[in-house]
Amino acid sequence: MNYINSYAHIKNNSVYVNGEQVFTYDKNATVNTFLSEAYHAINLVYPKFHKMDTLCKLGLLCAEFALQNNHFINEHHLQKTAIILSNSSSSLETDKLYQHSISDKNNYFPSPTIFVYTLPNIIIGELAIKHKITGENAFFITEKFDANLLVDYCETILNHNATSAICGWVELNENSYEAIIFLVEKKYHPDKNSIFKPLNQQIVTQIYNQT
Amino acid sequence: MEVLIEKLKRQVIEQLNLVEVKPEDINPDSPLFGEGLGLDSIDALELIVLLEKHYGIKIEDPKDGKTIFQSLTTLAEYIKANGKS
Repeated sequence: MNYINSYAHIKNNSVYVNGEQVFTYDKNATVNTFLSEAYHAINLVYPKFHKMDTLCKLGLLCAEFALQNNHFINEHHLQKTAIILSNSSSSLETDKLYQHSISDKNNYFPSPTIFVYTLPNIIIGELAIKHKITGENAFFITEKFDANLLVDYCETILNHNATSAICGWVELNENSYEAIIFLVEKKYHPDKNSIFKPLNQQIVTQIYNQT
Repeated sequence: MEVLIEKLKRQVIEQLNLVEVKPEDINPDSPLFGEGLGLDSIDALELIVLLEKHYGIKIEDPKDGKTIFQSLTTLAEYIKANGKS
């Protein structure tokens, strides 16, 4: 049996951890303003955050909210922690930004900083770098949040090498966005900040729909 | 030279998105990579773009970067010796 230790859900300029709203900001604010405010609210000190594109900021912050005050990172062998993420729009927003930056042949200065974010799995890279996670990883593109795919893939990995997994959905398309990150564990050892629900499609779908 | 260094501080902060760094925080003689500003390899590429975009300087041999990007002072000296604007 595998368990959901905790989860964080970000949408509509609000952050929910294990179903409870922990941060909210002006609904009319842009996604970048909201993410910047959420970064300060969680007291994160990670200058690299400001260099990331919006999709990575969203994914990293969502994971940070899930991991905050949680034993997950400290108690696991990080080389056996997997990261499995998914979304629908890939890195389209940054792809468009990069395309725009190279469209004028008389002002042609391709930005390496923008270019490195023209793949969605860079979110996995940013998480792995920050927490020194070296386990298996995968990024899936699906039309919409697919609880079945995430649960199946998580279980497959946890039945082999991994002892824990960070998995979820990190989607950004123009000003529309949503992220949900689950911390999944093979062993049952709850603490006061964990929910410890069984990992299955029904529970994941229920959690996704409830906040 | 001091004017150029101050201008470079602002340009580096803007180009590299160093949101939490203020111009006065940067010691022009401190290393740009590793210690000091703690820049990484992508930042190095971004600095090469900055040189070309703002000063018309193209670094032909990447090995030269190690000397040029040692600190803001070495960068300013290189621009003064090779810049077009």
